[in-house]
Amino acid sequence: MENTKKFRREPLTDTQLLMTITIGIFFAMYLIAMAVLKGGFLRPQQIFDMLNDNAPLIITSCGLTIVMIAGGIDISVGAVTSLVVMSCVLYLNRGGNIFVSVLLALGIGLAFGLVQGYLISYLEIQPFIVTLAGMFFARGLTTILSVNPQKAEHEGFAKLRDVKIEISWLGYVAKNGNRIPARIELGVVIALACVLIIFLLLKFHKLGRGFYAIGGNQQSALMLGINVKRTRFITYIISGLLSGIAGYVFMMHTGAGNATNAAGMEMNAIASSIIGGTLLTGGVGNVVGTLFGTLTLTTINKIVVSSGLKDPWWQKITTGGMLCFFILLQSIVLSRRSKKKQS
Amino acid sequence: MEHELLEMRNISKIFPGVKALSNVDFTLRKGEIHALMGENGAGKSTLIKVLTGVYQMDGGEISVDGDKISIRSPQDAQNNGISTVYQEITLCPNLTVAENMYIGRENGVLVNHKSREKSADKILQELGIPARSTQQLGSCSLAVQQMVAIARAVDMKCKVLILDEPTSSLDDKEVNMLFKLMRDLKAQGVGIIFVTHFLEQVYEVCDRITVLRNGELVGEYLIEDLPQVELVAKMIGKDLDELSSLSEGEEKNYDNAEVFYEATNLSSSDALSFDFKIHKGEVNGFTGLLGSGRSESVRAIFGADKVTGGTVKIKGEDVKVTKPLDAMKHGIGYLAEDRKRDGIIADLSVRENIILALQVMKGFFKPISRSEAEAFADEYIKVLNIKTASRETPIGSLSGGNQQKVILARWLLTHPDYLILDEPTRGIDVGTKLEIQKLVLKLAEEGVSVTFISSEVEEMLRTCSRLIVMRDRHIVGELKGKDLNQAQVMKTIAGGES
Repeated sequence: MENTKKFRREPLTDTQLLMTITIGIFFAMYLIAMAVLKGGFLRPQQIFDMLNDNAPLIITSCGLTIVMIAGGIDISVGAVTSLVVMSCVLYLNRGGNIFVSVLLALGIGLAFGLVQGYLISYLEIQPFIVTLAGMFFARGLTTILSVNPQKAEHEGFAKLRDVKIEISWLGYVAKNGNRIPARIELGVVIALACVLIIFLLLKFHKLGRGFYAIGGNQQSALMLGINVKRTRFITYIISGLLSGIAGYVFMMHTGAGNATNAAGMEMNAIASSIIGGTLLTGGVGNVVGTLFGTLTLTTINKIVVSSGLKDPWWQKITTGGMLCFFILLQSIVLSRRSKKKQS
Repeated sequence: MEHELLEMRNISKIFPGVKALSNVDFTLRKGEIHALMGENGAGKSTLIKVLTGVYQMDGGEISVDGDKISIRSPQDAQNNGISTVYQEITLCPNLTVAENMYIGRENGVLVNHKSREKSADKILQELGIPARSTQQLGSCSLAVQQMVAIARAVDMKCKVLILDEPTSSLDDKEVNMLFKLMRDLKAQGVGIIFVTHFLEQVYEVCDRITVLRNGELVGEYLIEDLPQVELVAKMIGKDLDELSSLSEGEEKNYDNAEVFYEATNLSSSDALSFDFKIHKGEVNGFTGLLGSGRSESVRAIFGADKVTGGTVKIKGEDVKVTKPLDAMKHGIGYLAEDRKRDGIIADLSVRENIILALQVMKGFFKPISRSEAEAFADEYIKVLNIKTASRETPIGSLSGGNQQKVILARWLLTHPDYLILDEPTRGIDVGTKLEIQKLVLKLAEEGVSVTFISSEVEEMLRTCSRLIVMRDRHIVGELKGKDLNQAQVMKTIAGGES
């Protein structure tokens, strides 16, 4: 008895199962792209480009994943990111200090997290409505700050922006014979750090397990002695803070503020989380899955572009299709599972 | 002076307009299993909720081991060694067993999964609970989930364990597992408060009984001093003659009556193929153990599950019943087993809940006028003796028995020819049970066919003139006339041979 117990592998939890599926699909897709489309897909730089371009999305998706695990939703993340970019650019262009600009970014994110989280957790207003309002508010503020695009012209910032990690051996040789090293932006490091920290938080911190508990069954969580309101409050604070960070990373990537920055990013973040195995109903999800969800989404879009469908709507259509496919897959997998349990 | 484990003195609780508890005393001793009994509305739930900190009491005092305590929240109760396991599992299905046992009460901010799992396994093993600590809770059976909840309570060094209707969704084997666990805990000195509707279970496992009625204490009795009949009498507070007057179901033969409904080889996604017919004005029943397929069969008749085969005749004509609306159009009504999930819409008023089925049948483009709806509601509130503040009260605030009556009213309003009642008397008080049984017989006299399902065989014997016995999803017998007695039913359920 004792022996069999030791060697028996526990079946995957729902969270692990969905994450495994996503990672599997990502690699399968990427391998197919390498075999069929070749070109850029054979270079490691392709992956780094995907990360460079999508670091802000990865960061906001992490925040959204937390909110969704706890059974909520936050659609303000894209607008807050945009507001952060615009505010920081304007501040830096008036001769601001780099350090203070970082604080400004975090402060804006935190403020949105605090207010939205308070309204949702303590006043029990629907999260969709609250964050919808937050989204309009942030977009409006961004436009008030500046209708015209603003380029960041701050020396210190320019230096920070141009910090790139170069890995020579992962590079490739260009047509003219020069060896071009693989380039990774600072934002990617920040994004991966966020993923790691949140992964650990979700797995080993009391708070993280609380997110799963309230998403799994709010009433039960209350009975089990979890402070449901405070826990939910914290999910929105984290999401807000991450939007602030994402905004700063976004600015480091583009170097400019624009009222339409990060437009629709909230929807891509939701899509990434769902593709990464987070259930909209809460209680199931993981940021590693989300990271791969983001990558899957980007890979699909790259594949579409590489196949010659360059019009932007093709990307939207494939994103929609992917989302449908994953939701369908998830519900089939989970319902088969619950059926198996019954019999 | 020796103190009792838990003493509740002069507990009072007032809700707007109702005195839910008035000066109730309750005493729990170390190492005893104490049944708390009463009809719905007697105040059991209120007393439990006062004790667990869900409600604040308006008067009285509670002491544990002689120390007066005040309980303001479920946390306070837990800190004082009072733990509750509710009927609905209050754990998180998406977490592992170990996490469910420890979450919300850890010291420090980091979680050590390994050490948790180790200590969880130890407790599970000690208590003989068939679960692994690393398993996702949702993959365990309901009974095991309940036991995990108990294990959590035990590990929290609870002195008082409250089990609120723990057995209502368990089958016999699981109930026995639970009872064994309860006896083990009792031997360890834990005081257990056991709330249930199953009288037999009280006599099987309890030492003492406290009976409440209408928010007042009737008395506390040792189990051997209070025969079952007297317990029922104390609970409902009326003469038992009424019970016995119903006890002998008349032997009726419907073989020559018109057949209202006939199904051949009917099967659904959840029910194996079966034949079934019911005559006009007949009351029949499906019986069998939980999981024998009795509910699945009637759901197939109503089209509530996906029908996969078979032919159906109603009044001799071939018809198709593949969804509930078809069934309703042919005059079939179905009162679902799970009242909370399939029956009531808690936030709507009594009136709206009553009107629902009729409205669906008429179609939403022919609304029932407000005055008409009010008249219907008033009529049925009166006929069925529904206890509600007004017809506009949200149904969720009514007691279980009264909710059931409202749903019954909903179907009666559609004037069905055939009414299927799946466990209409579960979880409701004895008085209302009787009323519902009487109502069924009255309906049958008026020519309505009724299929009645109940976990309590006696109840079925009182009301039904024909019993279909199911075992392992097959019909294994049909009893009527002189075969219709408890011994024969048990024999058929168990396996037939001599």
